[in-house]
Amino acid sequence: MTMTLDLHSRTAHELRDALRSGETTAVEIAQSYLDRIADVDSRVMAYLDLWEEYALEEAGALDERLAKGEDPGPLAGIPIALKDNFCTTHGTTGCASRILRNFESPYEGTVVTRLKDAGAVLLGKLNMDEFAMGSSTENSSVQPTHNPWDIDRVPGGSSGGAAASVAADEAAIALGSDTGGSIRQPAAFCGCIGMKPTYGRVSRYGLVAFASSLDQIGPFTKDVEDLALIMNVICGRDPLDATSADLPVPDYSESLGREVSDITIGLPKEFYTDALNDEMRAKVDAAVAVLKEQGARVIEVSLPHTDYGIAVYYIIAPAEASANLARFDGVRYGFRHPDAKTVEDLYKLSKSEGFGREVQRRIMLGTYVLSSGYYDAYYLKAQKVRALIRQDFDRAFEQCDVIITPTTPTAAFKLNEKIDDPLQMYLNDVYTNSANLAGVPGVSIPCGLTDTGLPAGMQIIGKPFDEETIIRVAHAYERNRGFDPGKPPLE
Amino acid sequence: MARITLEDVEYVAGLAQLTLDDQAKQRLLKEMGEILAYVDKLNELDTDGIEPMMHVLDISNVFREDVVTGSLDRDAALRNAPKTDGEYFLVPRILDTE
Amino acid sequence: MEYEPVIGMEVHVEISTKSKVFCGCANEFDAPPNTHVCPICLGMPGVLPMLNRAMVEASIAVGLALDCTISRWSKMDRKNYFYPDQSKNYQISQYDLPLCHDGHLDIEVGGETRRIRIRRAHMEEDTARNVHTLGSGESGVDFNRCGVPLLEIVTEPDLHSAEEAHAYLTALKQILEYLDVSDCNMEEGSLRAEPNISIRPKGSEELGTKSEVKNIASFSGVQKAIEFEIRRHKKILDEGGAVQQETRGWDADKGLTIGQRLKESAHDYRYFPEPDLVPIVVDQAWEDTIRETLPELPLPRRARIREAYALSEFDAGVITATKPMADFYEATLSAGAPPKQAANWLMGDFQALLSDSKTEIQENKISPEQLAEMIALIEDATISGKIAKDLLAEMFDTGKDPKALVEEKGLVQISDAGELEAMIREVMESHPGPVADFRSGKHKAKGFLVGQVMKLTKGKGNPQLVNKILDEELEKT
Ligand SMILES: [Mg+2]
Ligand SMILES: [Zn+2]
Repeated sequence: MTMTLDLHSRTAHELRDALRSGETTAVEIAQSYLDRIADVDSRVMAYLDLWEEYALEEAGALDERLAKGEDPGPLAGIPIALKDNFCTTHGTTGCASRILRNFESPYEGTVVTRLKDAGAVLLGKLNMDEFAMGSSTENSSVQPTHNPWDIDRVPGGSSGGAAASVAADEAAIALGSDTGGSIRQPAAFCGCIGMKPTYGRVSRYGLVAFASSLDQIGPFTKDVEDLALIMNVICGRDPLDATSADLPVPDYSESLGREVSDITIGLPKEFYTDALNDEMRAKVDAAVAVLKEQGARVIEVSLPHTDYGIAVYYIIAPAEASANLARFDGVRYGFRHPDAKTVEDLYKLSKSEGFGREVQRRIMLGTYVLSSGYYDAYYLKAQKVRALIRQDFDRAFEQCDVIITPTTPTAAFKLNEKIDDPLQMYLNDVYTNSANLAGVPGVSIPCGLTDTGLPAGMQIIGKPFDEETIIRVAHAYERNRGFDPGKPPLE
Repeated sequence: MARITLEDVEYVAGLAQLTLDDQAKQRLLKEMGEILAYVDKLNELDTDGIEPMMHVLDISNVFREDVVTGSLDRDAALRNAPKTDGEYFLVPRILDTE
Repeated sequence: MEYEPVIGMEVHVEISTKSKVFCGCANEFDAPPNTHVCPICLGMPGVLPMLNRAMVEASIAVGLALDCTISRWSKMDRKNYFYPDQSKNYQISQYDLPLCHDGHLDIEVGGETRRIRIRRAHMEEDTARNVHTLGSGESGVDFNRCGVPLLEIVTEPDLHSAEEAHAYLTALKQILEYLDVSDCNMEEGSLRAEPNISIRPKGSEELGTKSEVKNIASFSGVQKAIEFEIRRHKKILDEGGAVQQETRGWDADKGLTIGQRLKESAHDYRYFPEPDLVPIVVDQAWEDTIRETLPELPLPRRARIREAYALSEFDAGVITATKPMADFYEATLSAGAPPKQAANWLMGDFQALLSDSKTEIQENKISPEQLAEMIALIEDATISGKIAKDLLAEMFDTGKDPKALVEEKGLVQISDAGELEAMIREVMESHPGPVADFRSGKHKAKGFLVGQVMKLTKGKGNPQLVNKILDEELEKT
């Protein structure tokens, strides 16, 4: 079956076309991906729970439906993998945490149901920083994931497994979650596309919560056309999520191939500072030049409160997390310490052994900023500055249609390089977290390789619920950038 | 802001129901102190009269209708629990009542 | 020293929606443990709450009935604490912006009307139930009750005696029942009253230190617990001590309160706005729509019924004690019954039948139309009042129409003077003694003779006629 050899390296839309034309079958596609995983995952270590048998069965069922002339949906036969914080009734949902190891969800999240209804073949669960807290996937209680471009480097985080799986052709598409940059930053580090939609665009029902007012599900894809394809499936109101917006969802594929001559790009001056590595800056400048050539207008804008984003984020996110993670107490599910003789012991021992160091640190921080006497000084203050940050974006978007920034200040760093300095690790999200605070959508798209062969990412931020324009600009760039970012040198 | 103290760390650990050994307390005292010192930069901003943001979405009144949509089978509800008697989730005997 | 008690009341009412407040599980009491639970109310990872519209509307209705201001903008908050009656280890409640606030409820104590201010009424979710009677010695957790909609109603400290507290609870329960928003069953826990009590020297404006009492299962328990606390506080103060601010549990068997040990940090709830739910905006139009659906409330209804039907204050109070009773009464009147007679039957024999059989009026077999028909049969002298008593019992058991029963059982009153005269003569002949007694001036003897006549007529003799003829016959010498 030589024909199947390269299936895993294709994009989702190419696979879709190959399947519809009869060139291949869903089982062949699934098998190609499973073979690829068998080949490279011992090095990448992206998967926590691989669903080989399940994937082949589902693919087989799809082939039968296709043979009968049925239309199994827009993602028919596309192998998709999920971050370990998506609740699935198949397999386990562990959030890469010891406290939730072997948890079998009795229900399925809304987005998972949508993927299945669209015919996707789910491959399994992907590694992450425990409970999505981290920027390197080193906080996984199970294993670190390695960057496919350089095995000694981190894939970014917290959706490091998802980014690495798509970059390494271990999944056609992966879904992750982004609370402060957890999709865009690893996408940039791994050289794939990663989008955080507008807060409220995709249902959070079934996504294990980290920080409820910031969390948003989003996809990792190999190209922009795939991004449109998956966004068409996952977006839209969900009656199970009160914070999902009741707004019409456009057909994102209509944003493909369009001109950008009417687009104004804003470059926020606060992002282009000394902290930005020269090489990264050069890559983004070159990418903006490509769009300019296509007729886009480029202006400087200001997001004056950018510098306060991390501080706001590290108050609000831990505060919400401290409540969200309180339910892991060893009573209804999860790890329960065997020595507990009293209820208090049950909580204390189970939590202290079940949660990793970073999670405990954030629970402590969040509990502190909400505790009696500190609420106004920290939490309330942060919510006020958050309003200012949103205002910055609203004002900037009066002048421009999209904002372009580097996704990260540097390319992927080395494993263990920052693990002992939480603040340095937190500062990694400096370019991404303000989009979460403001609730606006953003994508990271590869914009070249550094001299040492590491991917650089460009972030395109859009107006609330205007993912269409982001996709349009991203596609215009992808079509006209004049180079192929290539594949990581895993062979 | 006043600096965080060891007593604060212990108090917060109590609220969060975490057990910390001395080393962990000292480590957290240092790390939380650094993060809180960093976060103090928010005080550079005058936020008088600014409405705190609770939701980035400007929506309200999202309700479900009062319809019974069903429950889990008890076995499914209890399946992940570390300790049950088939009917109840079990915890060590509760002594004090709130 | 003479003291004045100062009492505030916190009441938690389970609202009887069909489904729970944040999920689609049935809101039902007494199901087998952990059978009305789902991922949402079990606090499974990744779930989100969705607020039940019916809970919001019921809460607004209660707020309006208590003359509260309904917040134009309110929100839900998280109240954080660890306890095994929680599934998320936070309770979704309302903190600084309750849905309803600043209302009042008028109560009557000792013939005087007193206005009790309502500080707030807010929505929250009920907790799981802990069971300590399992053989294993461990405690069990049943999440059926977890997520049942709960309305917490808090007064200002405007109550000054156990009696007033009792009157407040009775009036509140009456309103909740009129609104039909809760079963208000204290034994089943659908209404839970937690008084907080302090005392201060009479004339003083300052508040003393209060204690709060929990775990009370009846209104009389509330009264007793308050009385106990007042005595306890007095004793402490008289002995020169200081009352401790604390939560105490009521032990109904021993008739005393017991301090509950609580850690200091237990009250640092770290409230913050619930990010998973969006604000609740109640505009004037929505408020008005709900106001229009409110039934006539107990106090105005009592006043109207008293005036419209010329009833006594007492009768009007009994008739309007519950909405079903008042509805039944007015339906009986609509079916043509005279107000006074209908009130007498309802409050007398009918009420006795209901309480003896523990039947709710709305579930009994007699319809208001049937009661009116029965009263009409008395009015037109078809049956006697005495027969009617038996007839009512028969109707209560069978649900049959009074006319049909009267015919079936031959209960029609004997109003034929000739027939009665013959029977009266028969009685006089067989009881010459009492006849002679009467004639010699012992008029009490007549009663015996009437009794004998009624016995002979099997109770069907028209009482007025029997009396009249008997008088005539006894006059004849
Ligand atoms: Mg409460
Ligand atoms: Zn439920």
